[in-house]
Amino acid sequence: MRTQDAHPVRTAWCVVAGLLAFMLLLAGCGGGGDNGGGGGEELSKLGKGEGQVNLIAWAGYVEPEWSKPFEQKTGCKVNVKVGGTSDEMVQLMRTGEYDGVSASGNATARLFEGGDVDPVNVDLVPNYKTVFSDLKDQPYNTFEGKPYGIPHARGANLLMWNSNDVRPAPKSWSVTMDPKVASKYRGKISQYDDPMSIAEAAVYLKMHEPDLGIDDPYELSSEQFDAAVQLLKEQRANVGEYWSDAEKQISSFANGDIQVGTTWQYQYFLLKEEGKPVAASPASQGFLPEEGATGWSDTWMISSEAEHPNCMYMWMNWIIEPKANAQVSEYFGEAPAQELACKETKNPNFCEEYHAENPGFWKRVYYWKTPLADCGNGSSDCKDYNDWVQAWTSIKG
Amino acid sequence: MRLTRRSTILLRVAVGLGLAFIYIPLLVLGLYAFNASKILEWPPSGLTFEWFPKAIESTARDALWTSIKVALVATTIALVLGTLASLAVSRHRFFGRETISFLVVLPIALPGIVTGVALNNTFTQVFGIDLSLFTVIVAHATFCIVVVYNNVIARLRRMSTSFEEASADLGAHTWQTFRYVTLPNMRSALGAGGLLAFGLSFDEIVVTNFTIGAGEETLPVWIFTNLFRAQQRPIVNAVAVIVVLISIVPVYLAHRLTREEGGAAAARGGKPIEAEATAVP
Amino acid sequence: MATEAVVEKRSVGRRLAGLFHGRPRLQVSSLLAAPVGWLVIGYLGSLAILLLAAFWSVSPVSGELQKTLSFENFETLFNESVYRTIVGRTVLIAALVTVTDAILAFPIAFYMAKVASRRTKAILVIAVLVPLWSSYLVKVLSWRNMLGGGGLIDWALEPFGLSSPGLQGNTSVWLVMSYLWLPYMILPIFAGLERIPNSLISASEDLGAKPFTTFQRVILPLAFPAVVAGSIFTFALTLGDYITPKLVSNNQFIGNVVYNNILSDNLPFAAALALVPIVIMVGYLLVARKLGAFEHI
Repeated sequence: MRTQDAHPVRTAWCVVAGLLAFMLLLAGCGGGGDNGGGGGEELSKLGKGEGQVNLIAWAGYVEPEWSKPFEQKTGCKVNVKVGGTSDEMVQLMRTGEYDGVSASGNATARLFEGGDVDPVNVDLVPNYKTVFSDLKDQPYNTFEGKPYGIPHARGANLLMWNSNDVRPAPKSWSVTMDPKVASKYRGKISQYDDPMSIAEAAVYLKMHEPDLGIDDPYELSSEQFDAAVQLLKEQRANVGEYWSDAEKQISSFANGDIQVGTTWQYQYFLLKEEGKPVAASPASQGFLPEEGATGWSDTWMISSEAEHPNCMYMWMNWIIEPKANAQVSEYFGEAPAQELACKETKNPNFCEEYHAENPGFWKRVYYWKTPLADCGNGSSDCKDYNDWVQAWTSIKG
Repeated sequence: MRLTRRSTILLRVAVGLGLAFIYIPLLVLGLYAFNASKILEWPPSGLTFEWFPKAIESTARDALWTSIKVALVATTIALVLGTLASLAVSRHRFFGRETISFLVVLPIALPGIVTGVALNNTFTQVFGIDLSLFTVIVAHATFCIVVVYNNVIARLRRMSTSFEEASADLGAHTWQTFRYVTLPNMRSALGAGGLLAFGLSFDEIVVTNFTIGAGEETLPVWIFTNLFRAQQRPIVNAVAVIVVLISIVPVYLAHRLTREEGGAAAARGGKPIEAEATAVP
Repeated sequence: MATEAVVEKRSVGRRLAGLFHGRPRLQVSSLLAAPVGWLVIGYLGSLAILLLAAFWSVSPVSGELQKTLSFENFETLFNESVYRTIVGRTVLIAALVTVTDAILAFPIAFYMAKVASRRTKAILVIAVLVPLWSSYLVKVLSWRNMLGGGGLIDWALEPFGLSSPGLQGNTSVWLVMSYLWLPYMILPIFAGLERIPNSLISASEDLGAKPFTTFQRVILPLAFPAVVAGSIFTFALTLGDYITPKLVSNNQFIGNVVYNNILSDNLPFAAALALVPIVIMVGYLLVARKLGAFEHI
């Protein structure tokens, strides 16, 4: 083993370095994946089922109660991945390994712009005809004039509290948002871990600080945005947990670590089933605190890279079958999208209680949507989603 | 070493406390695996064995099998690459020799999320391939190389080259020398390194999350998915307990393998106790 | 006696070996081709590509990468105070965990290496290695239950009028991380201590040193590189973790912010932030190498 001049080995290193540089060049100049928004083709004819369908869904949207009959009827096995936030769902869709997603308004535009979804040929979805008309052709499910999804159901985010520990029963979001009231429950408040919480603060400020002139809680000017962010920063001292996993929040409420916070009907009903002393804004108030609330109107979208498009269409048609839509709406606790579902609910007053047939009610519910710089007020100085995400990081600290 | 009685007692107490710290959470975990109720409360309300059969029947079995497959392949790759690298570094001098040990330790020293995102980005954006078990194996092998490399190179440094030279003098060519002289002497280092690499790959979650395909699940991924499902949590606990109990076997094997060289010291690639030599590097 | 010349049929192996013989550079190159190719091109290349992305930006709605050079991400990192807070918090906890583990690990490692009988040593080695094989996630979950309201820690501290640090703040993260990485600190120190020949210790004692002096002047300096080796793991693993903070605390650590930005499609910003732990760890590794830790990993 002589020590030799390392020329040839040095050459070898140079080769390696060269390959590295080549890789960098490839990354820097190569196309970064998908084309810009839209441009997808809708399915023209429904073929035979492919044997399975891979879905991304919110917790409680795909349960054996209605997915098993679907599997038996169509032979499409249902594989579901539960997402905790819209961000997660968008990321999962972008992998191209799923056929469809139950997208909320703050995911639909991003999926469309990213070219991840195809328009839906509603002629192939017979049950679409009897969907509530105020859910069709909405800005969150229609792009470039074409329908991009099938409405699933809609609901409002709930204010839930432990009826033993939180008295008197709160009528307003001030119990979590107003620093003076919230400090009574310091460390016991649960807030949704997503930039959409900024809209919750904006909804609160819309009523309590009208001078700010907030109209749409997702279209915020700098001043309005800063006020909402400041409110949430003050809230942080009182927050016990920022939740994004529904089951995690359930266990926190169940063992008393958390006493009040924003939640979904899914958690509320499960906790009630376990006999826990939870309460939410009552039906008489329309399940809403006095300021109204943020909410969602969810749409089933089909992936532009769906490997099982026929099964996906069959699923979309199935989930708005009167019976299935009634089942999922009652199970989760949201207003069904299917008009005819109201006759199939176990509780005959279900649709009335959930205001499914009352478009006026939904004016106080602000569906999640992606904040854009170019908001409707003519100027382009609203804060966009990147700003919301950055701000959310600063808020949590 | 002679210690005062007081020191010995203090030392024993410290060791006891340390072991208690290590094992109490594991015992709590074990206790919850027998917990009768699904909600975790302390102390547990009742005890039952029902979760264990459910655990064995659940999808955890497929995930366990996937984990084993991935770990086996990743370990094999790491064994090959680690051995090649350590042979080069210990037996030759060349430009860039010092950097190899630095390079090899990087994948394990940098945060998992950085490794995971970087590899994910390269696979999906630069090469445009889908994520799958193959990508997971590549990722795991990358950070497993270091454990094999360190074990083997320590062993090679201790192994005097005179054996290899004698073998060559007796007429064996390079491969024969390697096969009949070098390899058998490295066996324990390979075994220890391989076992450690297997363990690393088996329990890895962060990098795996970023490099696994949507339809696949290793055991940590399965646990992560089921971690908060109230219905599944007791089963997750039971699965964890089962895995720990099963793993006592390979740990014991690793220990036996290296015992002739002075215990875990050799397992980590250290030199054995040589009474008269100094170990000062 | 063989009179015919034994012309050995040279096997393929021998001929190939002949090709390499006397050509050390060729030997080195072919030995290193695979590992170096894998590590440098595959791993370092991926890292480089990721870090390249730190200079790009992303369009907020479609998530498309704008591959134009910009320092925007770094400006944000420097100007927004929250990132300084997060980095500072992460580094502090990493240092705390390292120190804690060193203090906890040393007595155990020392006992195992120098005091315990052969059988006890074997048992202890296995006892320390087994927890490495239990699932990281389940261990963290177990701690989450212990730290939560009404959990084991509350129950144990109640008679003293104290309560568990709870699932907020940094204390829980420090506790859990110290717990998780302890075996990674024990093993290198144990190996390093075992390497110290007993003859050195006897010599020190023969020269009249009290046990503590021997410990301070002989054992500690020799064991120090091993401690540094162990610290590489405890520091690195804490620096990048995001799962533990997410499960047992509300506070954000570097890993959490990187993860959240990846989720929100902002790969460039995540990459920019990821540079921070990379730079820190490379520096740490260089220092550790100088201190001789690389012999002890």
